[in-house]
Amino acid sequence: MPKIKHPARSPHIDMTPMVDLFSLLLTFFMLTTSFRPQEAAPIETPNSVSEKKAPETDIMTIFITKDGKVFFNFDNGVDTSTHFRTKLLQKMGEQYQITFTPKELDKFSKMSSFGMPVKNIPQWINSTEPKERDKLQIGIPTDSTDNQLAWWVRLARITNLNAEVAIKGDAETNYTVVKKVMDLLQENKVNKFNLVTNLQKDEVSMKDMPK
Amino acid sequence: MGEIIVEEKGKKGGKRQAKKHSTRIDMTPMVDLMCLLITFFMLTTAFSKPKVMVITMPEKDPDKNAPKGPEIPKNRTLNILLTEGHKVYYYIGIANPKKPEEMPQLIKTDFSKDGIRKFLLVKNRDLFTKIAEYRDKRITGKSVVADTTADMAIKKMKKEDQKGPIVLIKADDKAKYRDMVDIIDEMAICNIASYAVVDMTQVELDMLKTAPK
Repeated sequence: MPKIKHPARSPHIDMTPMVDLFSLLLTFFMLTTSFRPQEAAPIETPNSVSEKKAPETDIMTIFITKDGKVFFNFDNGVDTSTHFRTKLLQKMGEQYQITFTPKELDKFSKMSSFGMPVKNIPQWINSTEPKERDKLQIGIPTDSTDNQLAWWVRLARITNLNAEVAIKGDAETNYTVVKKVMDLLQENKVNKFNLVTNLQKDEVSMKDMPK
Repeated sequence: MGEIIVEEKGKKGGKRQAKKHSTRIDMTPMVDLMCLLITFFMLTTAFSKPKVMVITMPEKDPDKNAPKGPEIPKNRTLNILLTEGHKVYYYIGIANPKKPEEMPQLIKTDFSKDGIRKFLLVKNRDLFTKIAEYRDKRITGKSVVADTTADMAIKKMKKEDQKGPIVLIKADDKAKYRDMVDIIDEMAICNIASYAVVDMTQVELDMLKTAPK
């Protein structure tokens, strides 16, 4: 019995087209990418028809999670020499009698949103374990006895006079929590809010007008 | 360059054959690396930039010396009450418990297309038609204006509107943040000229207790 002979094929596959495609994709992603900012907690924003883009700089963002925790973020400003975050932390330190080392201040300016009592901030800055860091994110106290969020907002407004306020709340958050934050902002003379939402088209034309 | 060619020619003349190398390069590691990088970029990229909805709240403690605004006709005031379970109630006019015979009735509706939107559209018919016609003219090319000019014109229309409802949005403790955003969004969709988010009064809380479920 003669054996059936398979034609000898080279085990190599020509990967050139694949590589071509991959390099194209890679170039595309590298050029268009704008990194998703790191956030302290997952927040699912509600939908709206608004098409206005959120400002990228000169903005302080207040995050409100589903379970009512409040986080805060503040940017360094357009100019890299302004170091708004560093200044803000310094002012906050003065307010609560905490001294931060220059190294801590520098490290803080490169970090993102945070949510913890001020006294835990040095610990948060210095911890190297991401898990440990996440554990520290317990929310900024907003109760009337020690309203630290109010101080953050107040001092941030002093630090960067052009700063706008954005509220990024989870759709399922209780309105009372959001209301508390809004009231607090209004007490600090902020009357214009940017509510961060997801774009969802919903067109209404004359056809929808009831007769 | 010329020299090199000459040299090559010389080699050929000597019949010295270079060792035959396969022209194929093993590209697997390269592909591996690229895959990794692509995955990395795909996961870290934020494609949709976050959008924002701007709302301006009335000042908390307004200047007492400021001149009083004109009296608002009662039938233009539309109160929207938000409560638990994404329910929407509305009533027209002012709820004054001292005049029980004039107490408005709460009407229940929802966030669907035939819910609150239908009602708002009917209430705001004049202004909505005006703005829709203006937008239509731009789309069909009958009037060519810049975006900013169009925005200004629409703003002006809203400002001059004298018939549309003045909406007061009130939410109780059981409402969700989503409800608030949805209703403000509805204002934008229906081109409501004036609306404000205010606190719910005790009267309204009582009204909600007895409202149709």
